[in-house]
Amino acid sequence: MIKNGTRLQSQVCDTQVIVVRSADSLDDLRAGGAPMVPVGGDVDASLALDPALSDGTLMGKRYVDEDGAEVLVTKAGAGTLSIGSTPLSIKEAKPLPASD
Amino acid sequence: MSISLLLEMASSAGPDRTAVVAGETRLTTDELSALADGGAGVIAASGAQHVAYVGAGAAMLPLLLFAAARAGVPVTPLNYRLSASGLTELIERLPEPLVIVDPEYADVVAGMSSDDFVASARTAEPAAEFADPDSVAVVLFTSGTTSKPKAVELTHNNLTSYITGSVEFDSAEPGDAALICVPPYHIAGVSAALSNLYAGRKMVYLPQFDAREWIRLVRDEGVSSATVVPTMLDRIITVLESEPTDLGGLRTLAYGGSKVALPLVRKALGLLPGVGFVNAYGLTETSSTIAVLTPDDHRAALASADDAVARRLSSVGQPVPGVELQIRAEDGTVLGPGETGELFVRGEQVSGRYTGIGSVLDDEGWFPTRDVAMLDDEGYLFIGGRSDDTIIRGGENIAPAEIEDVLVEHPAVRDCAVVGVEDPEWGQIIVAVVVPSGAEPAAEELREFVRGQLRGSRTPDRVVFRDELPTNATGKVLRRDLVRDLSPSKEPA
Repeated sequence: MIKNGTRLQSQVCDTQVIVVRSADSLDDLRAGGAPMVPVGGDVDASLALDPALSDGTLMGKRYVDEDGAEVLVTKAGAGTLSIGSTPLSIKEAKPLPASD
Repeated sequence: MSISLLLEMASSAGPDRTAVVAGETRLTTDELSALADGGAGVIAASGAQHVAYVGAGAAMLPLLLFAAARAGVPVTPLNYRLSASGLTELIERLPEPLVIVDPEYADVVAGMSSDDFVASARTAEPAAEFADPDSVAVVLFTSGTTSKPKAVELTHNNLTSYITGSVEFDSAEPGDAALICVPPYHIAGVSAALSNLYAGRKMVYLPQFDAREWIRLVRDEGVSSATVVPTMLDRIITVLESEPTDLGGLRTLAYGGSKVALPLVRKALGLLPGVGFVNAYGLTETSSTIAVLTPDDHRAALASADDAVARRLSSVGQPVPGVELQIRAEDGTVLGPGETGELFVRGEQVSGRYTGIGSVLDDEGWFPTRDVAMLDDEGYLFIGGRSDDTIIRGGENIAPAEIEDVLVEHPAVRDCAVVGVEDPEWGQIIVAVVVPSGAEPAAEELREFVRGQLRGSRTPDRVVFRDELPTNATGKVLRRDLVRDLSPSKEPA
């Protein structure tokens, strides 16, 4: 299983994420349809953004799947985050008042 | 994740936004990030294993937090009010530290001056290591009001779990500003630097608290949120009472650090009806806030005729996301709603690890706070003081907070602290130390007042009067000092 704190990047868009809560499902984490790779790792230039998975990612949002996995988008991009072909959803948090 | 990533994200979302205002100094997010890179270069080049900071904070605090993170070493802001020997004692407990000192304290402790550090950071070869998320980012010494200061280790993960779990990235309105007057060596100072940057709020620093200057900054800098400790709130309210001032865009005012007396909260709510009040409760060991009483909770409690809801005004609210709470009896049994015991907390933001001692978490990851507490039916948390402060009179355990909460409601009482003092007959007797709001009331009148509301065994055996209570910079009453002064052998005639 991928380690919490691992930073991953998309091979087909600008998206970068950090793993907040790992789960086995993240082994098949994709952005824009292509598997995500460690930040700074090799990128397969022949891959292209899948138009069906191009809704984009939002900076600073947390995305979750049904297995409890959670990633935080640290750089926004054009691809959709998905496990296989199932898109992750944005974790809606109840806003807290500023307390610091 | 590394705390450095918080700055990286803030800087990519709003590079030209003003991030820090401190006196004449103004830094954009990008400028802060560039300085932190350079500062990391200075730290790395020094070969130090740790950064220690002696100073009042302001822009130096966010700068050093991120510079140290990017150099891959922990940072410790120290209490600059300590004596030279007190500071030296703490610095000697840190491994091979680079000591950075504000010019005002250069004659107290030796080190690189803050000005030199910033000047070097502007020209140094930048460094930007990505720290191991499980490595220690910040070490803070506990205030040591009851024992020798302990060095609390907070990892990058502890701190970032708190921030990303309870703060929505870039969620601030354009122009929002936070006024920060908590000291840099306090966990609230550390978390303020991280959370406000992450939320996209301008951070306005007021390192030496003064109520009038605080009010001026709220107006002039368009401050939308602020955090104060009880003594600060008391002084602000006192000034506002005699000089009514429109606080303009102030939307939330958080208070915490130690217990705030209920009459003060009510007075503040009445005086500032447009401000949302937030009571934040947390410990150094929990990377700041673990429970919050929100503005809506305050309003609901004030307006409610239902006792159970109304009394929540004296609670610290409900836990923040990712934090679990448990109340346990002395034998370890988990207690239910309404039962009083010791508060245990669990969550990724909870460290519970001290240098030289190790982790004090139990096998399931729970941290014993040593705070006496109770949860109500809806999970609102009530804090009844430190278990170390419990008075044992004739074999009966008495929480001072219970008596203090009653006493402070007496119109002649401005402030009070209840302590246990050694006694040959009872083991300990209950002594109430009272700061009168005007003329000194009769001691017997106050004892009657308590007796009318609590069991007889809770009545103070003695009431003494003082002009003020001894407190530390964050408003914690120094009970040990009171007990020492009141102990029989040292009691002045």
